[in-house]
Amino acid sequence: MSKKTIIPIGPYHPLQEEPEFFKLHVDGETVVKVDIELGYNHRGVEKLAESKTFEQAVYFVERICGICSTSHPIACCQAIEDAGEVKVPERALYIRSIIGELERLHSHLLWLGLAGHFLGFNTVWMWVWRYREDVINCLEIITGNRNHYCMMKPGGVRRDIKGEDIPTILGVLNGLKKPLDLFYKTVNQDPVLQARTRNVGILTRQNIIDYCGVGPLARASGVAIDVRKDHPHAAYGMVDFKVITTTKGDVFDKVDVRILEMFESVSIIKQCLEALKKTPGPIDANPAVIKAGDGIGHYEAPRGEVIHYIRSDGSNRPARHKIRAPSYVNVATNRTAVVGQSIADATIILGAVDPCYCCTERMAAIRVDNGEKTLTADDLIKLSWDKTSRLRKELGAAGPVLPLD
Amino acid sequence: MDYLILIFQLIIFPGFLFTAVIGLVISWVDRKVTAKVQMRVGPPLLQPFYDILKYMIKETCVPEGASKIFFLSAPLFGFAAVNVAALIVWQSIIHPQAAFMGDLVVVLYLLTVPALSLVLGSFASKNPLASIGGSREIKLIMAYELPFLLAVLVPVIKTHSIRLADILGAQAAVLAPSGILALVVAIVVMQAKLALVPFDCSEAETELTGGALIEYSGPALGMYKLTRVMLWVVMPLFVMVVLLGGINLNNGWQGILAGIGKYVGLVVVAVLIRNTAPRVRIDQAVRFFWGKVTFVAVAAAILALMGY
Repeated sequence: MSKKTIIPIGPYHPLQEEPEFFKLHVDGETVVKVDIELGYNHRGVEKLAESKTFEQAVYFVERICGICSTSHPIACCQAIEDAGEVKVPERALYIRSIIGELERLHSHLLWLGLAGHFLGFNTVWMWVWRYREDVINCLEIITGNRNHYCMMKPGGVRRDIKGEDIPTILGVLNGLKKPLDLFYKTVNQDPVLQARTRNVGILTRQNIIDYCGVGPLARASGVAIDVRKDHPHAAYGMVDFKVITTTKGDVFDKVDVRILEMFESVSIIKQCLEALKKTPGPIDANPAVIKAGDGIGHYEAPRGEVIHYIRSDGSNRPARHKIRAPSYVNVATNRTAVVGQSIADATIILGAVDPCYCCTERMAAIRVDNGEKTLTADDLIKLSWDKTSRLRKELGAAGPVLPLD
Repeated sequence: MDYLILIFQLIIFPGFLFTAVIGLVISWVDRKVTAKVQMRVGPPLLQPFYDILKYMIKETCVPEGASKIFFLSAPLFGFAAVNVAALIVWQSIIHPQAAFMGDLVVVLYLLTVPALSLVLGSFASKNPLASIGGSREIKLIMAYELPFLLAVLVPVIKTHSIRLADILGAQAAVLAPSGILALVVAIVVMQAKLALVPFDCSEAETELTGGALIEYSGPALGMYKLTRVMLWVVMPLFVMVVLLGGINLNNGWQGILAGIGKYVGLVVVAVLIRNTAPRVRIDQAVRFFWGKVTFVAVAAAILALMGY
């Protein structure tokens, strides 16, 4: 056999725009081996978190990822509450679940759009992202931000969801039903889409168990692993929902699981909103000190279980903070899923994991000399507030008070 | 003087300039319709012109270790071929009496050259992604040329001529059952020849990040883009001439409007297909062309032989 060609995907992913490196060793069009190289984006988050107070740490871990920007804070808060034995008010639990599920909705929609793009089906991409905007607008109404909601704090949540905003949120959720049905039908009926996704990149139940796979990836292979059900946290013990599983483990099943999960998310949010009407009370336990001790918090992020471990020594900072994101285990499954497939399938298989390389970069400073207007951070925040209040007026929602003027 | 007229015809009307301008406008229509389908705004009318202009003033980088002669001359082959093809097809409509015997075969040959020039350029660039794109392009050419020839054979059988003007003068082939089948085959092949989704395997932006064209930049890339844009005119026009009765210039405005209608119809079908399907794998594409499409094409040819 002659020398094998290596097809590089990375070190900067052409589509996901994230730093990772897959070296596909190919024989003609068939992938015979794959090398996965990660670690291009090590930022020392855990060490940095240890230099922050507990409240700052939650704010800080939110910046690990722009998509699961509420999964990390929820897991982190739960770890801190576990260590300090803090009891969270019930209303705060519901709000946590609402934000978490809205995030799952927008994250799954983001992935579905990207999957369409991977397959060269750009119409699906644009349509899905158009409806994802509705979810993001909903989040902006509730929290004031499209991403990075800053809703979580140890002991509760920062902002309440007002009773008069619930109809607006319900309106957005009801508006999602039609597009979700449409996507489900498209995926299940389009013959070319089926030809591209069925029997591609199969991960068996045993593969998932061997690689400790989590999240929708595992559920698509018939492993009913879901932290929301297995270890109910936030409000998940108090609402009714199904854990979606399929059996085949190919790319099609991974699409299917995620779309069906979105229907469940909508139903969970509706139940939580209903419960919110009947559950008055504080939204924050306001813990004064976090007792010394260990705490583990896990949360079912859109990509699977995220785990935070916190050790408190009784001071106001974590003595040790350990994070394990779901992609860390899921990306490794590609070593099995990609081998034997063609290059064309490899990209969608690599994408079907919905990998998140913990990606947020810091702001870059750009010098502008040509008389153009430079926007400072304050200007940008002002613009963002203006947009939020405009959006609220359009949708007739009140939301939390913005510090305008 | 004859040479001067020929050069004028080749460079300005109806050759390069005329075809390129129509092609650029049509590529804008494609982008605009695509944008509307995808709930976007889309580019302004002159955007394709700006794009080509920008390619022309950018630097052409030749990758280290690439075969410089082949790398830089490859785009020229395709570009030259599509220009000559444009001239012949247009001439068969405008000056049918000037057409020569066998121009149909010449055009068929010329229409494969752009794809071959892409293959040449991709292999010359010495990039693994480009060479995969190039090998996919070869497979595609081998897959779609046979059904395309069979589809073109239908009007040839009917008119007993390989002169475009004769085919154009006869009744449009599509009015018979065999012609309808041939048209379906031609539309599918057109999608592949224009490298549109679902048959854009050789460039597959999301798999090969540009594939065959990955190393090209500046005027060389612009040349490929211009070739593609002109194919947007030549391919539908060729299909119209052989199967749909072309553009009838003797009927005054009605004939011209009907011709424009046919052309726009073919373009709209191509744009709609490209927006409602994902990209297929190369093995699926080859199986599709050698299986279903060739079957339909053979059926069309047999029907034509039987007089239907």
